[in-house]
Amino acid sequence: MGIRFDKALDIHPEALAMRAQRTKILASNIANENTPGYQARDIDFSASLQRAQGDLADGFGAGAGADLDAGQALYRVPNHPSQDGNTVELGVEQAAFSQNASDFQTSLTFLNMKLKGLAKAISGQ
Amino acid sequence: MSFRDIAAIAGSAMTAQTVRLNTVASNLANAQSAASTADATYHARKPVFASVFDQQAFSDDIGRGARVRVLDVVQSTEPLRKAYEPDNPLANADGEVFYPNVNSVAEMTDMMSASRAFETNVEVLGRVKAMQNAILKLGEG
Repeated sequence: MGIRFDKALDIHPEALAMRAQRTKILASNIANENTPGYQARDIDFSASLQRAQGDLADGFGAGAGADLDAGQALYRVPNHPSQDGNTVELGVEQAAFSQNASDFQTSLTFLNMKLKGLAKAISGQ
Repeated sequence: MSFRDIAAIAGSAMTAQTVRLNTVASNLANAQSAASTADATYHARKPVFASVFDQQAFSDDIGRGARVRVLDVVQSTEPLRKAYEPDNPLANADGEVFYPNVNSVAEMTDMMSASRAFETNVEVLGRVKAMQNAILKLGEG
């Protein structure tokens, strides 16, 4: 019986890739804090992950990474709209960024545990 | 890989905020530079930021980063401050001198905002570096 890595590693590689994508979007939001007219964006993480999971279940797990890009980055609704049309709220973005970094670490830890389990199974200890 | 893009995004923001700090320093330094004509007087400068979206061939929207670019540095059109100072060597025939249209209080708040934004982007860079290092250790030990 062979080991299928995409099955063995479960959703975690996709989750990790999506966290990395989200980091980029949040970094863009923070970078454009003072740009007039810039509209903050974010990914609906659970919806995107569900899509990736669906692909995984369909047996297209290997291609799921590319499918992440087909999702939509949504626009954030500001709590307090500003006059220059910029919808970045630094506190919100900082909190999201921090949370996302922790979630990234969590995904990484899960992936590490999976890999360690596989290494154990391969070496037969 | 998106980490390289993030470094570029945070870097572009840091550059933009540096330009902004530069204009603030210039404005504050010249706040009291009198001149005898309106044209020769220093006008407050302000940078204009714009976002530049990454072009990606295989995706429509998601994951597109947005860098910051300084489009231009414009001069303020606020009226200059005219003062009657006949003793001033720069005074014109009417005994008036022109002072720049620099609002010191606004400049100070702008400076705080720019330096905070700069710090935030340094923080982003630090966190991303830590994330990248963590990925490098994947499967180790």
